[in-house]
Amino acid sequence: MSIHDWEPVIGLEVHAQLLTRSKIFCSCSTAFGAPPNSLVCPVCLGLPGALPALNRSAVEMAIKAGKAFGSAIAERSIWARKNYFYPDLPKGYQISQYELPICKGGAVPVPQPDGSVRKVALTRIHLEEDAGKNVHGAAGSQVDLNRSGVPLIEIVGEPELRSAEEASEYLKALRLSLMYLGINDGNLEEGSFRCDANVSVRRKGTQKLGTRVELKNINSFRFVRQAIEHEIERQIAAYERGEKVVQETRLFDNEKGETRPMRTKEEANDYRYFPEPDLPPLVVSREWVAKVQVPKLPHERQAELVAANVPAADARTLTADARLVELHARIVEAAGPEAARRAANVVTGEVARLVNEGALDLSSPRFQPAQIAEVFRLQDAGTLSSTAAKDVLAEVLRTGKPPAQIVQEKGLSQVSDESALEAVVDAVIARSSAEVEKYKSGKKNLLGFFVGQAMKDLKGKGNPGVLNTLFKKRLE
Amino acid sequence: MNPSLLPLGDLSRALDRGEARPSAVLEECLSRTARLDGKVHAFLRLTEAQARAAARASDERRARKEPLSPLDGVPVGLKDLFCQEGVETTAGSRILEGYHPPYDATVVRKLREAGAVLVGKLNMDEFAMGSSTENSAYGPTRNPWDLERTPGGSSGGSAAAVAARFVPGTLGTDTGGSIRQPAALVGCVGMKPTYGRVSRYGVVAFASSLDQVGPFAQDVRGVALLLRAIAGRDPNDQTSSLRPVPDYDADLEKPVRGLTIGVPKEYFGEGLDPAVEKSVRMGIAALEREGCAVKAISLPNSPHAIATYYLVATAEASSNLARYDGIRYGQRAPARGSLLDLYEKTRAAGFGAEVKRRILLGTYALSAGYYDAYYLRAQKVRALIRRDFDQAFAAGVDAVVSPTSPWAAFRLGEKVDDPLAMYLNDIYTVPVNLAGLPGISVPSGFTQAGLPIGMQLIGRPFEEGTLLRLARAAERALALPRRLPPLLERT
Repeated sequence: MSIHDWEPVIGLEVHAQLLTRSKIFCSCSTAFGAPPNSLVCPVCLGLPGALPALNRSAVEMAIKAGKAFGSAIAERSIWARKNYFYPDLPKGYQISQYELPICKGGAVPVPQPDGSVRKVALTRIHLEEDAGKNVHGAAGSQVDLNRSGVPLIEIVGEPELRSAEEASEYLKALRLSLMYLGINDGNLEEGSFRCDANVSVRRKGTQKLGTRVELKNINSFRFVRQAIEHEIERQIAAYERGEKVVQETRLFDNEKGETRPMRTKEEANDYRYFPEPDLPPLVVSREWVAKVQVPKLPHERQAELVAANVPAADARTLTADARLVELHARIVEAAGPEAARRAANVVTGEVARLVNEGALDLSSPRFQPAQIAEVFRLQDAGTLSSTAAKDVLAEVLRTGKPPAQIVQEKGLSQVSDESALEAVVDAVIARSSAEVEKYKSGKKNLLGFFVGQAMKDLKGKGNPGVLNTLFKKRLE
Repeated sequence: MNPSLLPLGDLSRALDRGEARPSAVLEECLSRTARLDGKVHAFLRLTEAQARAAARASDERRARKEPLSPLDGVPVGLKDLFCQEGVETTAGSRILEGYHPPYDATVVRKLREAGAVLVGKLNMDEFAMGSSTENSAYGPTRNPWDLERTPGGSSGGSAAAVAARFVPGTLGTDTGGSIRQPAALVGCVGMKPTYGRVSRYGVVAFASSLDQVGPFAQDVRGVALLLRAIAGRDPNDQTSSLRPVPDYDADLEKPVRGLTIGVPKEYFGEGLDPAVEKSVRMGIAALEREGCAVKAISLPNSPHAIATYYLVATAEASSNLARYDGIRYGQRAPARGSLLDLYEKTRAAGFGAEVKRRILLGTYALSAGYYDAYYLRAQKVRALIRRDFDQAFAAGVDAVVSPTSPWAAFRLGEKVDDPLAMYLNDIYTVPVNLAGLPGISVPSGFTQAGLPIGMQLIGRPFEEGTLLRLARAAERALALPRRLPPLLERT
């Protein structure tokens, strides 16, 4: 027996914080990084007598996710209490959805390296509130409840993934999709996108699922791969030794790169789910669902870009970053559809480089995509040479100044006016009588020499196309 | 007559006419309470300074003869389940001892806005679990009609304070009878509105799908005035109803001729004290004299109500009471071990026996493998109980009439060691909570020993107005002598 005789079966559960301004059951802010327990009220502190009042925008974001992934959106879903004791859970229960979630089914499109799109099926998406955070320090353990009541969707995938690599691809595609939808910031470090993995292995060719182990505490894509790979190897090794795999929850230790037991099935909580009596059933009308606008997902944008003549590699680079693809769209909006290819070139090149170096903040109000379109226009009108256009673009990205101002300040404007160029053409012809003779006797490639002489006189600001035409006219 | 002894409705008129001054009424109430509450133990604490300031402000408004709420200047007491900003709120439990909420319950805010003078917090069974106030961690309340007996519960303090004329009106909560049963046992009027009629925001929860806030007063009019002030939609309680709140007082004296009263046979069966039955039958006869038609009906699923209630209510309670863990507020037991140790010691020391019993029962009913057999089945029976009422109403019954409690006030200690006997106190009131309907208890007479007896009227959803009219008709037709409890006569 070897590792190749075994087939891993992986299903992922993702908790994604929704980008609402206020919490799901009260009006406290959802901002990250505020002083501990400064964004709290009787509701999210779970004080005696406080009751939840639903934030409709959280529901709207869940609908958006459901529509984007093709889930069935329930006209009537039910809130449920998940009961367990923990200091960061102020009510002693989490308000979630259990038997009747808001979204059922659907699939996440996962773009493949060969350009095709794989659909990974979803079991469900449901709404719930986040818990607070326990902070362990020298002064003992303390609780910060700023995060208590922040809205989450839990996206439960079907166990269709067969390797750590597939799991990682799925997660990346899901994260990017949620960011495209504008409902999650995709921040794994701050915990706004969290993943638990259910992993089992079975003999290849068999149908029955093996014993499932749940992995928790995986907070980067690298760790997702490491944790799942380690767990697959651990389970295969156990089976090959003739041992059993215990159904349990394991924590990933990212320093040691391995998983260790957290609790077994026997120790597992009985969450005693029951319908939340403080909230009426969540009713989502068909009209509401119809009204929710769903932005296009990455694979759709990629196909559109390729259709608009953007090279496939650029299209992939652009769509891999929601900010870049958005910037590209805004440049094309200002410059016209024929600029798609050129805009892609600029965004994936100069812009991406500056963003990666931290020299450019795309969210700064100083940054105006329309200015990039303006540089294209100046170049097309002959005002800027291609070299000068590059300089102006760099300056626009660096300073945010309007291109026209940069052209003026740097004296980069190209001379295209025939009357202004004729004098120079005349002067070049007058001092190059030998070359003129040769040209007239058939050495037509000397045209380049004349244009070069003129450019020299003009310090590079002459429009080479116009000069070409003028010399031809004069010499023939 | 001393205005502070008047029923709330009459006091309100006296204040309107300038025949009474809020501060003077308050001082009478406070001095009577100071003189007698050592015997009754209705109040857990008084907020005298705040009350005096509120009464003085009302004096000024009344003196300017502004158009005012009928409650302006009326002293009102609150069951210790209502959060009042900065005022200790214990829910009758050791675990919340010293807890000062940072906000007002919606009903507390509404009473303030109506100009009511909030006098203090009233005793109750711990977390509203009980029928005698003997489950209060701070000692029982006594019935002003017989200090050896209970005023009922769980809103026993609210009932006793009205009966002893400490205040003309109080608020309580009713999850299975906790307003109506004590109202009956102390001889005052108490109403549980339709589920959703009054906001539960800021009311310490026992069983969320059953809890409802309601008023106590000596007279039906007083209850009508209090209900109008506290009812209505509250965006902070999404189970509260959007229906507009009618002016209950305006229609109170309208004749009840032509209304049909249903008398369910299941509510007059075994276990009912004959003296209580006789009194309630006299109440029914009084309504008949007022022109009501009386019809025998059956509510066949009501006998299952107690069993159903003790699954639904305890399940919800087991979850609602999870927050009392000693971490954020209230009492924390000294514990040096694990987190689990802290939870266990805190909850062992903080909760009384009945609360623990119900948490255990409810946890069991929700546990994996038992949920379908207990919680889910109870919810199905609950729907059947409601359907019985719906069918009676559909057949033309405007209100169902029954005894409020199977017996008059019992002796302290008599049932405290027998939970099942104690639970039977609520046999006629619990179905009303399970069905979410409005119910009112109105005095129908006295036992030979001079203990009050109450009659219950149950109405269609949101038909509080009809119930109040019927209760007023009974009050008028029975014209019971205005007796004072012996406690007051002696002084």
